[in-house]
Amino acid sequence: MSWETVIGLEVHVQLATQSKIFSGSSTAFGAEPNTQASAVDLALPGTLPVPNAKAFEYAVMFGLAVNAEIGTTSHFERKNYFYPDLPKGYQTTQLEQPIVGAGYVDLNLSEGRTKRVRIHHAHLEEDAGKSLHEDFHGMSGIDLNRAGTPLIEIVSEPDMSNAEEAVAFAKQLHAIVTSLGICDGEMAQGSMRFDVNISVRRPGEPLGTRTETKNLNSFRFMEEAIKLEVERQIDVLEDGGKINQETRLYNGDTKKARAMRSKEEANDYRYFPCPDLLPVILDEGYVERVRQNIPELPDQRAARFVSDYQLSDYDAGILAADRQLSAYFEAAANNGQAKLCANWIMGDISASLNTSDMSINTCPVTPEQLAGLVARIADDTISNKQAKKVFELMWSDGGSADEIIEKHGMKQVSDTGALEQIVDEVLASKPQEVANYLAAEESKRKKMMGAFMGPIMQATKGQANPGMVNKILAQKLNALAK
Amino acid sequence: MAIDKHEIDKLSRLARLSVSEEDSADVADRITRILDLVDQLQAVDTTGVAPMSHPLDAVQRLRADEVTELNQREAFQAVAPNAEQGLYLVPKVIE
Repeated sequence: MSWETVIGLEVHVQLATQSKIFSGSSTAFGAEPNTQASAVDLALPGTLPVPNAKAFEYAVMFGLAVNAEIGTTSHFERKNYFYPDLPKGYQTTQLEQPIVGAGYVDLNLSEGRTKRVRIHHAHLEEDAGKSLHEDFHGMSGIDLNRAGTPLIEIVSEPDMSNAEEAVAFAKQLHAIVTSLGICDGEMAQGSMRFDVNISVRRPGEPLGTRTETKNLNSFRFMEEAIKLEVERQIDVLEDGGKINQETRLYNGDTKKARAMRSKEEANDYRYFPCPDLLPVILDEGYVERVRQNIPELPDQRAARFVSDYQLSDYDAGILAADRQLSAYFEAAANNGQAKLCANWIMGDISASLNTSDMSINTCPVTPEQLAGLVARIADDTISNKQAKKVFELMWSDGGSADEIIEKHGMKQVSDTGALEQIVDEVLASKPQEVANYLAAEESKRKKMMGAFMGPIMQATKGQANPGMVNKILAQKLNALAK
Repeated sequence: MAIDKHEIDKLSRLARLSVSEEDSADVADRITRILDLVDQLQAVDTTGVAPMSHPLDAVQRLRADEVTELNQREAFQAVAPNAEQGLYLVPKVIE
């Protein structure tokens, strides 16, 4: 009998504000330890929080983008626990009246399937600092730069039933928050972190006991962690054991997970309303103004790419998911060769960026250079093979496609007369192959043309237009066959 | 509503307070009296009354998103019990 998997996600998204949620400290990533930790962030006695208006605006933008109700009255609660990177002894968060109520996102899955995942709610809260457990004479080092960074925690309903859906949901959220510009989306820096709740059950049975795998910060780790945990739970249950409700940690390097703490010793957070903060009231007019300023969302952009540039749904979906990639694409696609541009961006450019660990923002080839390159492919000046060479030179040395083609004499030979002559010469030098070709059955001939293509390309130093050579060669051979 | 010694143990552990064996009964008794007061409040019929999250009848003011705090690490770390390489040092805690 088969098993059903039930997955829900909790997603922490760092908001891209300049300053912290309750203090005027900078949120810039990578500063020297504790240089961005003020008296409020350190929880020195007598300090009071003053909330950042931008954090509310960003949370409302998210809510509107996922079709959610906006809580026009927001309260904050204290979630109490002791840990050295939480100097107040509590996290200021929202429990009773979160700013974003129930909403949903629609996912496009493989093979054209779609799925709606409901969002239970999303609330505003502050991030904690970081603990460094390297050896400081047996002590831990605490960096509070991150303490007080504004977060929204997005809580999904348990609507996902496998790793593919969970990853698609995570990617969709990433696309939404980066398109809105409310999060930089830098997962390696912890800008988005995923906690995955997983349980399995027999079809039709009530929900099984769930475990929570915390703090996954890449889509790949998330997929691996889910598959591993589902397998583990099924193994335990099929061996007659039972699942403990526990928190687990996945290690992406060792590809292993371990239990962190079990529910029995879990914290009792003793939430209560934060007396330092008054209710925050956002009126309908405010919400409406935020709504007017919502930029184009990934789904809308994908639909536009399909209608304006005739891209496939798949290509449009990939490009539209990333605002910067989309901007790059649109800047290049101005030349009317959208499909070719899309192929290059998703192919050679993405691959080269990956290899050199760069992002589209720092791509050495500008959209204008790409447009120039694509134009020379489209008008048959260069072959695809030559284009790759031009691209490599562009990437390493700069320059426009025309300059590179000129400098390296890479112009494709498309002169019919010249090509015909070369084809004739090659055919004359290979009488045996020609005889074999003519003796072969029709169905096998196409493949045998390869024997002539190589020498022809060699004779033109790879600069012959392959499409034209093919045509001329076919014509000449057909003429001989008659 | 009475609270027993077992709950006092749990609460003091969560709050990182050490309540001695001999004080435990007295603390339980005093917390029970506070909870009795809460019971009394909860007996009031509040149908149609919106919950009050803050005793002040006021609305929170928000600040503009600007960096206004300067780096005062040196001053803060001068009064910290232990700091090294810019980090605050604390007894090792690993989950």
